[in-house]
Amino acid sequence: MKATRLVSLSALTLAALLAGCASGVKLDDKPAPVENRSTGGTSANTGANNAGTSQSQVASVDLTKNATAPIGSVIYFDYDSYVVKDEFRPTIEAQAKSLAGNKAKKITVEGHTDERGGREYNLALGQKRAEAVVKSLTLLGVTESQVEAVSFGKERPAVQGSDEAAWAKNRRAEFNAK
Amino acid sequence: MLNRRTFSASTGLACAGLAFTGAARAQFRVEIAGVGATQVPIAIVKFRDEDKTTQALSAIIRADLERAGVFRGIDTSATIDETASPVMGEWRARSADALVAGSVTRLADGRFDVRFKLWDIVKGQELGGQSNAVQPADLRLAAHRIADFVYEKLTGDKGVFSTRIAYVTRTGTRYALRVADADGEGGQVALNSPEPIISPAWAPNGQELAYVSFELQKAVVYVQDVASGKRRVIANFRGSNSAPAWAPDGQSLAVTLSRDGVSQLYTMGRNGESPKRITVSQSIDTEPVYAPDGRTLFFVSDRGGGPQVYRTPAAGGAVERVTFSGAYNISPALSPDGRNLAYISRQGNAFRLYLLDLATPGATPQALTDTSDDESPSFAPNGRLIIYASRSQGRDVLMTTTLDGKIKAKLVSTAADVREPMWGPYGR
Repeated sequence: MKATRLVSLSALTLAALLAGCASGVKLDDKPAPVENRSTGGTSANTGANNAGTSQSQVASVDLTKNATAPIGSVIYFDYDSYVVKDEFRPTIEAQAKSLAGNKAKKITVEGHTDERGGREYNLALGQKRAEAVVKSLTLLGVTESQVEAVSFGKERPAVQGSDEAAWAKNRRAEFNAK
Repeated sequence: MLNRRTFSASTGLACAGLAFTGAARAQFRVEIAGVGATQVPIAIVKFRDEDKTTQALSAIIRADLERAGVFRGIDTSATIDETASPVMGEWRARSADALVAGSVTRLADGRFDVRFKLWDIVKGQELGGQSNAVQPADLRLAAHRIADFVYEKLTGDKGVFSTRIAYVTRTGTRYALRVADADGEGGQVALNSPEPIISPAWAPNGQELAYVSFELQKAVVYVQDVASGKRRVIANFRGSNSAPAWAPDGQSLAVTLSRDGVSQLYTMGRNGESPKRITVSQSIDTEPVYAPDGRTLFFVSDRGGGPQVYRTPAAGGAVERVTFSGAYNISPALSPDGRNLAYISRQGNAFRLYLLDLATPGATPQALTDTSDDESPSFAPNGRLIIYASRSQGRDVLMTTTLDGKIKAKLVSTAADVREPMWGPYGR
């Protein structure tokens, strides 16, 4: 399980780096550096300003907005839904293939919910999500003894926050090696 | 004196704020708000030599009685103890209907002798008193027992101030199952864990707690002996194991298991033996609670679409819907007399504590709060108060309310998010 978390973290970093790169390299629409008179006091840095970008520029790296886990480890659900959406079919198939190829491999599918509502009811909702994913796997030939559906309900959110963006990332099922 | 207590009362509003501050042992700040229909004005004189102990006994008694909603403390600087013969006319002039005075004396063996007497000022008569020798660690308990005595003498109902509550705290990524006095003070850790703990449930004898721990990376039900810390797994089947509820006789529990594919109700012996499936549905069935007679289980099911409260015989059988108002009703709790059902109902985006009178067919559920993140209600053993979890100023807090919703006390932890309260039975 730890390994999965590490992988997803490095993918996050990569996504963030890509996002950072995409934002700061348009040379033509940046104001000329000489306009930044108010920062004159820190003139020691002006010599480094040869890439045509503003000295005041701060490229935003927002890990919360780019928190997309690597293909193959997380499935997201709609509000109050247990339906595994078509867009996650490749994820399911990849997991099924991996399990079918190694009958000794065992995993848990961990269901999660967003923070709204009671802890026990959310535990049952998360369980239902996990069971739905396990069912999709067994339909693809995975042996039942290889997968266990469990739930953390709302107890282990992937992201903190009380808005739809956070909730959407918390309604999920994760695959974890046993 | 470890507990420094500041008190402010805005007269006319009968609205009091109590704050316990500056004490290393204080775990909560207690704020009481609201106006009861009838409140008995009571004077609780500072106990003689209570300053020489670690506990402000008179303040603890007063806070207990005020939180119950039927008493209003009267400020007094009188210096009398239980041996006095109070002049009734003087106390009537101060609008007191009742008076408590007492003393604390350190005994040679290190214990404290706590004595008190209660007077009915209106009738001009003594209502009795007690003398109890207690260990220093039980001084708070002694104060709570005095509050119980006063409450029972003046209301006819048994007091719950010397009972205990269990609850869960979260500090960062640390979780703790704690046991505290009914006023939230004197908390002690029963279980520390790096993983979540939910759904504590007191055994009817008050000596064991069942709960759900995620320490094995899944939901598993444990039972722990509170005094010794010894614990045992009672449900660790494939899938999730959760929502333990003790039968009133303490010999069996109802739990939610997903071992057969979807969360369903089961009953099992107190050591987890002979699990028996009670509900048979394709829907979520969870959060079982026993009716006081042990013959009926109330639970939550989404068999009708959204979650609603249902009931079924504890041995299994026909299922009957209980809640009809609102699209999302969860977390049922039954009053000790079986008459009232407390539960959480979603209204728009708000999750609120509701009370439904089960004894009156067609009764309209009453909202007891105007907050929006209520969870996990649990009745006091005398049925006069409900403790529940809520959110206030970005923190998870515990609240108590009277059944009419008029008097509320907020237990705000000084250090952690607090949740999942469960009120223990009489006795400890």
